[in-house]
Order: sequence, then structure tokens, then C-alpha cells
Amino acid sequence: MSGLIKSSIARKVVMALSGLFLVIFLVLHVTINLASVFSPDFFNEASHFMGYNPIVQFLMQPILVAGVIVHFVMGFVLEIQNKNARGMAYVKYKGSENASWVSRNMIYSGLVILAFLFLHFYDFWIHEMAYKYVEVKPEDPTRYYAETVEKFEPFWRTILYVIAFVLLSLHLWHGFASSLQSMGVNNKYTEGFKKFAKIFAVVVPLAFVFIAIYHHLNPITH
Amino acid sequence: MKLYLKIWRQKDAQSKGKMVDYTLDGVEGDMSFLEMLDILNEELVSKGEEPVEFDHDCREGICGTCSLQINGEPHGPDRLITTCQLHMRKFNDGDTIVIEPFRAKAFPVIKDLIVDRSSFDRIQQAGGFISVNTSGNTIDANAIPISKHAADEAMDAAACIGCGACVAACKNASAMLFTSAKVSQFALLPQGRVEAADRVQNMVRQMDLEGFGNCTNTGACEVECPKGISLTNIARMNREYLSASIKG
Repeated sequence: MSGLIKSSIARKVVMALSGLFLVIFLVLHVTINLASVFSPDFFNEASHFMGYNPIVQFLMQPILVAGVIVHFVMGFVLEIQNKNARGMAYVKYKGSENASWVSRNMIYSGLVILAFLFLHFYDFWIHEMAYKYVEVKPEDPTRYYAETVEKFEPFWRTILYVIAFVLLSLHLWHGFASSLQSMGVNNKYTEGFKKFAKIFAVVVPLAFVFIAIYHHLNPITH
Repeated sequence: MKLYLKIWRQKDAQSKGKMVDYTLDGVEGDMSFLEMLDILNEELVSKGEEPVEFDHDCREGICGTCSLQINGEPHGPDRLITTCQLHMRKFNDGDTIVIEPFRAKAFPVIKDLIVDRSSFDRIQQAGGFISVNTSGNTIDANAIPISKHAADEAMDAAACIGCGACVAACKNASAMLFTSAKVSQFALLPQGRVEAADRVQNMVRQMDLEGFGNCTNTGACEVECPKGISLTNIARMNREYLSASIKG
């Protein structure tokens, strides 16, 4: 087992598992967010549950943050090792002849998503922490819909979110589809899984784009 | 045809190399890429210059000795062939061809276009074998029933000639395709199962020690492999490795 921790294969498995965990989280996230378009009441209810349920707050949320940190720290470690492994760079290197742009640039799509996470945490998580623990305001299960829609009023924020979702789509396109390969799974279901992963990589970010643009175009009028 | 060559020249492992320009006239389409370099070298020798050093042996596409990164791709622009099987008809009159050694920290340059690929030998030595009793009572290999499917898959993996194109093509200089082919050719057969757990652990450990990069599933290795070694071998090696490590 000690050799496993240090091995390149184990590092890849960690990337795949943490990535798959984040994919599951995305499903939950997009489902609740879609409710903000189709049923503001359900969105308020679900958001309040996520914001105040102790299991979500003190168990699931720290696990999620840990998952994000493990994924991007390991991503950086692997990128540095991989750059070092080449040694001297080629004068001419035709990467596009044998591999897709997305697969060769996961670090860049990942960095954009990471930068987006800072904005996203600033927009929602820090605001939420301030509401609950700094300003110590009372529970208000009806505030979430208005707060969310308000966030998408500025054009610049909506555009930044949309750009991040496009990069998320590219990242998932390669990452999700190749996760099982990293974990050693390759059988008669693999091609089907890859197709599903690529549909997922388009549909889920597209749903997020739809939500952001929908709220931008339908502000709450006071 | 007339070609403009940009070739990596490096006196020895310690020296700093550089790209040097050469113009070569009278190249014919039926020449192999290595024959084209032979003609260049004849010209250089006749002028009293040092010939360009490059690896070659069988010139039949089966030994895995020739290498070369040609216009940004290992073994050049063609698929499923080695450099010795690449013909100049793939190029046009007036083309500029950039010729570099395979680049990886684990493949240090010895001279010009020759790299030291003994890291592959050490990976192989770490476990790429089976222990067979050769003291006189060896069992006939054909006495053990093996399914056609397994035999075919093992044979496909064994087609790897260890040229290093996978490492050269991979943006991470990863040796996963080579190592996985060597692991798979034994893992798929009953004779190889006996030492399967030790083999995969030892070979992966050696691969990591040599300083190759990590696989990021880009698939470049599979596309550039002159023998068409499949990525499914990498998944098999990952599976074998995880199973062996967890079982301890």
C-alpha cells in the first residue's frame, strides 16, 4: 500500500475519483438551480435546507471543499511533474495531430474554473457566511431566490459565469469521459459511458448558462 | 526534390545542442527517410564535416531502433510505421523538415539524434519476464489451453517494439503505453499470471523512478505508435496495479 501512495497511477486515480465526486456535486447543484427558473418556492426551500441542515453544513460542505482542493492541488502537482518529464522542449511539436485540444489543455480550462470558483465563493458563500455568522441575521427561508436573481443583474457577472461554464464543459468533455480509463475500467460499457459523459459535459454546463442568462434577462422588478 | 533540413546537432551528452540548417538536393520519392539522411551524411563526410548521428538497425520496421521526431511527430507524419519505413514521397519539393531527437528527461541525448532509451530496458528488467523452469523438464507452452481472444490480445500487446514513440508523442513524456504493453502481454496469459502482481508493481515503480510523466489520457501515444498498441492496455495496467496494491 505504501508504494501505491507514491505511484503515478495512484495520483491519476485520485484525480479521477475527486473529479467524479465533483461531477456528482454538479448534478445536485444544477438540479437545485434549475428550480430557480421553474419553481422559485422549491428553490427557496432547497437552498434553505442546504444552508441550515447541519449534515450538509458541517459534513458534506467540508468534504466538498476538500474534494475541490484535492482535485486542483493534484492537478498542479501532475502538471509540474509532466512539464519536468519532457526536459528540453521540442522546436516543433504537433500536438494537434494526435490529441484533442481539450485533452492537452486541461490545466488551462481547470485554471479558469478555479478562478471562477473564487468569484463564485465571493458571490454566494462569503455572502452566506456573513449573513449567518457575522451579521447574525435570523433565518429567512424566502430570501434565496431574490438574492440569486439579483446576482445576475450585472452584465459583466453573467458573461463571466457563462465563460466559466463553457470552460467547465471543455474540462468535463475530456475529464469525465476518461475518468474510468484512469481507474482501470475498460470493458464493453466503456464506449457507452464515454458517450454519456460527453452528453453530460454539454448538457449540464448548458443548463447553468441557461439559468444565468434567464435571470439576467428576467430581473426582479421592485 | 530539394529539401531544407533543420537538424538537431549535439556533440555529446554534456554539450549544448542547436538546430543546424542543411539543403539537400536530388532526393527521390522512393528513398526511405533514413536513406535520405545517409545521402546527407555522404555529402557531409565528403566535405570533411561530422555526419549526423542517428539510430537505426533492421530498417524493416521491426526492431524499434530508429526514432526521430520529424516535423513535430515521432516517426514522421505517416501512421503505423517507423522512421525507416517512412518514404520521401510523403514530402514535397521545397519542403522544410525539422528533425529532432525524441525528447524526454528519461531519454537523454547521447549525440545528435541518438537518445539513451535504456530506461525502457530497466523497466523491462524490473518484471517483464516469466520464470520458466529450463532444467530439462520444461512443459510445452501449447499444453496450456488459452482462448483465442486472450492469445490475440496478448500478441497485440507483444507487438510493441519499444521504440519510445509513445513517450516522444505524449505531452507529458509518459511511458504508460510501453509499460502497459509489456505488463499486458504477460497478464493476459496463464504463464504470466503467476508473477502478475509483483510484475506490475515493480515495472510501474521503475517507470516512475526513471522520471517519465503521468498519463493524462490524451491518446497521442496510441495514434503515433508504429505498432498500433491500444490504450486499453493502459486501463489494464491501471487495473492490475490497483488490484495488486490493494491486495498487498
